Amino acid sequence: MARAAVSGRLIWRVATLAEARAETASARTLVLDVPEWPGHLPGQHVDVRLTAPDGYSAQRSYSIASAWTGDGRIELTIQRIPDGEVSTYLTDIFKVGDPVELRGPVGGWFVWRERQTAPVLLVGGGSGVVPLMSMVRARGAVRGRQPFRLIYSVRSPEDACYTGELARRIRDDAGLDVRYVYTRQTPEGWPEPAKRISVATLNTYGWPPDFGPDCYVCGPTGFVETAADMLVALGHDPRRIRTERFGGTS
Amino acid sequence: MTYAGLDGNAMAGDLAEIFAAEMTAAVATCAGCGSSGAVAELRLWGAAPGLVARCPQCTDVILRIVRAPDRVFLDLRGALRLEIPVGSS
Repeated sequence: MARAAVSGRLIWRVATLAEARAETASARTLVLDVPEWPGHLPGQHVDVRLTAPDGYSAQRSYSIASAWTGDGRIELTIQRIPDGEVSTYLTDIFKVGDPVELRGPVGGWFVWRERQTAPVLLVGGGSGVVPLMSMVRARGAVRGRQPFRLIYSVRSPEDACYTGELARRIRDDAGLDVRYVYTRQTPEGWPEPAKRISVATLNTYGWPPDFGPDCYVCGPTGFVETAADMLVALGHDPRRIRTERFGGTS
Repeated sequence: MTYAGLDGNAMAGDLAEIFAAEMTAAVATCAGCGSSGAVAELRLWGAAPGLVARCPQCTDVILRIVRAPDRVFLDLRGALRLEIPVGSS
């Protein structure tokens, strides 16, 4: 991975929707062409700004889903929030060729850097998987040797994003493991009933604390608090647990 | 003001607009309870006309940002100290 520009003057750019694809019934990935995109680190965000003809504007922060591969494209996966004034526009109305204002990349805390050598545990709840997917993709792009484990909690199999790509990466990206946790409905033949993430889940499918893993937890607030507390209870160093909460209200 | 369930990570853009260093990785010490942690971990209340970031331990207000069309008002009275990483990124 080339070194991405983390600092530098932050300006609003006009991006154009190049492609879009449905990830689930309520999540859509936007592939955006961004002029003079300086590159980004996995976990970084962009701010997206929509402005109405009367001048009213609304701004939201979204995690970047893609890894930077040196081109001027980024991908965002937007979860439609009922009544969300920005998300519903981006999932339902925004069409290929349309412009949108964005600025970034921003954020330097909830990021994974290629130079980190420790094993990595990624814990995602719902669309909290988005920045974690960027990390998985960035590692794949540089053929990283750091062992990665992703624990991905979703309501049902239909609610999981990136399943095809994750299946391919489990096969092709050596050292990547993925464990799904289904909270409401499991696939047929799944060995356990639907349940929330638990200490046992993190203990069985995460890393032992003595491996000194870097842990990234992203999801709705309650999910993040619970998972982070369980990691600390299991003996993980709180300083190596990075969290990101999103509200899911916009 | 409502708690939208966000945290300081979502302030990265508004902070990058006014600071030269990446501020979500800065460590803020709460003037109320003395606990410290990354700005990214503060609980964020919003949105318009401004953002309010509260201590995750004691919920005191640590930082407020109000964005006007041509200026930004930054209130840091709840932060006893900000420790800001600089240099290599």
